[in-house]
Amino acid sequence: MSETVSPEVLDRVLRTLAETQKLPLEQVTPEASFEQLGIDSLDGINILFALENEFNINIPDESARLVRDVQQLAAGVQKILDEKDAQPAASA
Amino acid sequence: MTRRVVITGVGTVSALGTNTPDFWNGCRAGASGIGPIGGGVDRTGIRFPNGAQALAFDPSRHFDEKQLIPLDRFATMAIVAAREALAAAQLELTPDEKTRAAIVTGSCYGGKCSEDAGFRSLYKDNQPRVHPLTIPRLMSNAGASALTLELGWQGPVWTVSTACSSANHAIGQAFWLVRHGLADVALAGGSEAPFTYGSLKAWEALRVVSPDTCRPFSKGRGGMVLGEGAGMLVLEPLERAQARGATILAELAGFGMSADAHHLTQPSAAGAARTLRLALDDANLPPEAIGVVNAHGTGTLANDVTESAAIREVFGANLDRLRVIATKSLHGHALGASSALEAVATVLGLREQCVIPTANFQERDPECDVPLSLEHAPWPHEAAVSNSFAFGGLNAVLVLRTIPS
Repeated sequence: MSETVSPEVLDRVLRTLAETQKLPLEQVTPEASFEQLGIDSLDGINILFALENEFNINIPDESARLVRDVQQLAAGVQKILDEKDAQPAASA
Repeated sequence: MTRRVVITGVGTVSALGTNTPDFWNGCRAGASGIGPIGGGVDRTGIRFPNGAQALAFDPSRHFDEKQLIPLDRFATMAIVAAREALAAAQLELTPDEKTRAAIVTGSCYGGKCSEDAGFRSLYKDNQPRVHPLTIPRLMSNAGASALTLELGWQGPVWTVSTACSSANHAIGQAFWLVRHGLADVALAGGSEAPFTYGSLKAWEALRVVSPDTCRPFSKGRGGMVLGEGAGMLVLEPLERAQARGATILAELAGFGMSADAHHLTQPSAAGAARTLRLALDDANLPPEAIGVVNAHGTGTLANDVTESAAIREVFGANLDRLRVIATKSLHGHALGASSALEAVATVLGLREQCVIPTANFQERDPECDVPLSLEHAPWPHEAAVSNSFAFGGLNAVLVLRTIPS
């Protein structure tokens, strides 16, 4: 995942994650692993749900399964957003 | 009072067919009932394409229009499976015996089709009211209650809801009723009809459903595949069955249940192993007596690894004399009905002294190192276990054995 994450996307990912996990925002850093943040599989699907709503995107199961830390999560969201932008706009 | 309990009739509705001969033929052939979700079910935007629906099941062939008014699909399936099981058992009860006849059914979430349709009309179509029988249709005991009306049975009747273990919990409790003389005959099993748009969306959100098919214990498995159907078994004391000259399919020899107290959705190998041991103790059988494990085998990444560990822990000393079958690859994960379908497959495997294929297998997974059966083959075995490990960490295991004729 070498996606360059825009500061705005990263900020929204961090906020969504903190909100979903009920963690103080300052604790949720891009470097943090899910393990460090105490995120288990069930938390993981809650976070994906929150991110899908926050960004109005669909996150496929296969790509979600590989994500282990905040950086990968943000990069994954950015990738989906970039792909969405590249497609002709669907009816809003 | 303690009595040996035997199974004298079984009935099924599943993706493999609307009766047990079709079910068993599908099992023996390894012909998976998993296919594209159809039958008029709305699957707009659902990420997974496949399910194991009982597409051949048409309630109108089994009930007249008036009878169908109070019945959700899951209840009609329970009744049709029960009729088949009772006909096979050739059970005729006197009015007095009917007061000591029990029915225990399992269902994960009851009349979901009726609930979904009713709520859709409220929320989406802005209708001012739902069908007046929505509540009696959606209650999880609807199948059991309808059976009492049809059969006139007046003994202990209730419904167990423990997600994917529901039917095993139901069968186990009915077994204990008969064993301890609290009922003289019992119908036990489960039914489920989860193919509604709302239910499919909920499973999609949980991210445990396979993008293609169910491949238990295989490398490359991608999750479970939802199924629907019903399985019902007739239980009675051995002496009674012998006295009336009934065909005895198998003995229901033991039942174990426990809770992991570990995680809401992640399974626990320790909990599974403990439940297997409890069931073996209840059957008074050592692990070496078991020749077949009908696994919970959902095809999810997590279940199959932990279940393999549990099987190796309990049966590790005699793995070469053990075969593992995983019939959800054939009939899908029919939730509250699943373990009833699995119990039926286990019973019929014992009766024919064979193992059946695990469908959709691709490649051995070193993390699932169990002796998986991949073909229909003769397999002499005295006893078998049938596993269920539900979300919420609730485990239920049955032990079945042959009756020497």
